[in-house]
Amino acid sequence: MSKKVIEVFNLTKKFGNFTAVDRISFDVKEGEIFGFLGANGAGKTTAMQMLCGISMPTAGEGTVAGYDIIKENERIKRNIGYMSQKFSLYEDLKVWENIRLFGGIYGLSDKTIAEKTNELLKQLDFEQERNTLVKYLPLGWKQKLAFSVAIFHEPRIVFLDEPTGGVDPAMRRQFWEMIYDAADRGITVFVTTHYMDEAEYCNRVSIMVDGRIDALDTPAELRRRFSADSMDEVFRQLARKAKRGDQ
Amino acid sequence: MKTLKFLIEKEFKQMFRNPLIPRLIVLFPTMVLLVFPWAVSFEIKNIRVDVVDHSKSVYSKRLTDKIAASQYFILHDTPPDYNAAMLNMENDETDMIVEIPASFDVDLVKRRESGVGVAVNSVNGTQGLLGSNYVMQIVNDFSSELRGELTQTLPPQTRVSFMRLKKMNIVPQYKYNPALDYKKFMIPGFMVLLLTILCGILPALNIVMEKENGTINQINVTPISKMNFILAKLIPYWAVGLVVMIISITLSFLIYGLWPGGGVVAVLISSIVFILSVSGLGIIISNYSETMQQASFLVMFFILILVLLGGMFTPVSSMPAWAQAIAAINPFNYLTTAFRMLYLNGSSLADVSGNLLALGAIAVVLNGWAVFSYKKRG
Repeated sequence: MSKKVIEVFNLTKKFGNFTAVDRISFDVKEGEIFGFLGANGAGKTTAMQMLCGISMPTAGEGTVAGYDIIKENERIKRNIGYMSQKFSLYEDLKVWENIRLFGGIYGLSDKTIAEKTNELLKQLDFEQERNTLVKYLPLGWKQKLAFSVAIFHEPRIVFLDEPTGGVDPAMRRQFWEMIYDAADRGITVFVTTHYMDEAEYCNRVSIMVDGRIDALDTPAELRRRFSADSMDEVFRQLARKAKRGDQ
Repeated sequence: MKTLKFLIEKEFKQMFRNPLIPRLIVLFPTMVLLVFPWAVSFEIKNIRVDVVDHSKSVYSKRLTDKIAASQYFILHDTPPDYNAAMLNMENDETDMIVEIPASFDVDLVKRRESGVGVAVNSVNGTQGLLGSNYVMQIVNDFSSELRGELTQTLPPQTRVSFMRLKKMNIVPQYKYNPALDYKKFMIPGFMVLLLTILCGILPALNIVMEKENGTINQINVTPISKMNFILAKLIPYWAVGLVVMIISITLSFLIYGLWPGGGVVAVLISSIVFILSVSGLGIIISNYSETMQQASFLVMFFILILVLLGGMFTPVSSMPAWAQAIAAINPFNYLTTAFRMLYLNGSSLADVSGNLLALGAIAVVLNGWAVFSYKKRG
């Protein structure tokens, strides 16, 4: 069995009386594509932000990339990439400027950044957009760029929060090819999604309902256990119990 | 330190791509220095005055003419009695009533002293105070004029002794601003105001804008140090402030002939320390605000305090103790004083070093707080 890069135990986040994330425990293995599913408001984003060190857990413990999520959150940040649900690269910077900025923040040298930028733009077939302000890119391209920036510094784990939200099917396919490429290079992928066909692409998935993890296994095993034909049906069966959210 | 370079680069690119900010940096000081010094002045001119002359003598006529000739007063009317004049004031046709008693000339000649009654509309307190002062000056002037003339009419023997007794005349000599030009007094203050507005408001809106756009999340998941992030936010405002100062110094020389006797370098050095403190304040506000709206309200509130309790319009020394306590930690106050010293007194950098030390201490506290209040984890 390969090494665990994420391990959490009873991780909890409360906002006042509201328990967004309720004692979740799970682990993610190195090189895995881990699907983090759940209805809107189930607590996926909050859980992910605790793992990334930008949200302080109310209770519980865990490690990411071998570092404690409570005490060593800044060290975790050296080893992860993050792509938030809302596009959050700088819209008033050009494509190459965004890449350069984040490369620089992660400590890459000017030379490395320049070389890797050329390589990346070629790979993405983005060369003609090098000097385009990011705000003028179509959404699908923005998402691809955001993902590329998130893994530009070769992190051990990349966290993707609904990376394909609002993107057309063809672009979604391309996006998942990029995810597989990253996984092949040894980057662990932690991804939330609403698309159940995408859940099938994951090695393992967890399904969150009302702040708790109700199921966690490989897609095939989950289908078997819930005697369902598809992940979509598994999800419906679980989500039906939800008391919050807007579905 | 290496990451700082990338961050500063990013801040400058964003600043220059903003459609408004580069223009503001040039237009704002130009407009303020071209317009405000002419309008914001505590000199009160054009006070409308009614003279009620019961004496109708040569002397009273001369006093009336003297008042009418003054640049401060406009002779509105000469009503027959005080009540008629009061009616004018109630109708807001006149600001001031000077009543000359019937015995004015007799008293002047016989008793060598006389009085006039002055009533001023003091709804506008400054006008009331200054208006009555101006009249007093004119009356004093008039009386010494008369004294001189009357002395000539006395027999030689008495004249000599009278001249010896003659009241001493006080002639004020205005140092550092000989023409008593209010503009020159206000311009250094306007420069501080410009720096406060540009280098206080812009950083206050900066981080909160990153919060609204969500870009702050992408920054917070990186291992970037809080110190570097805040420094990268501060440093561009030094550049902004220096551009503002260079424009201001140039314009105030070209238009008003005002040049810092203490040297341009001293002015710029003082500005740099000051910018650090107001930008720090702006960043603190930005850190505590969730939206641009909150940040704008907060920054306006603080700028109001800085300016009104900062000695630009009213001297700190005449404020009540609690206001003086606030002024003692108000960076605006220290730079206004320093600029006035450098510009008007011709003081040197060494003379304002106390102010610079105070500003430096305020800057250290505020920026320490700015770094502290920037939370990478919610």
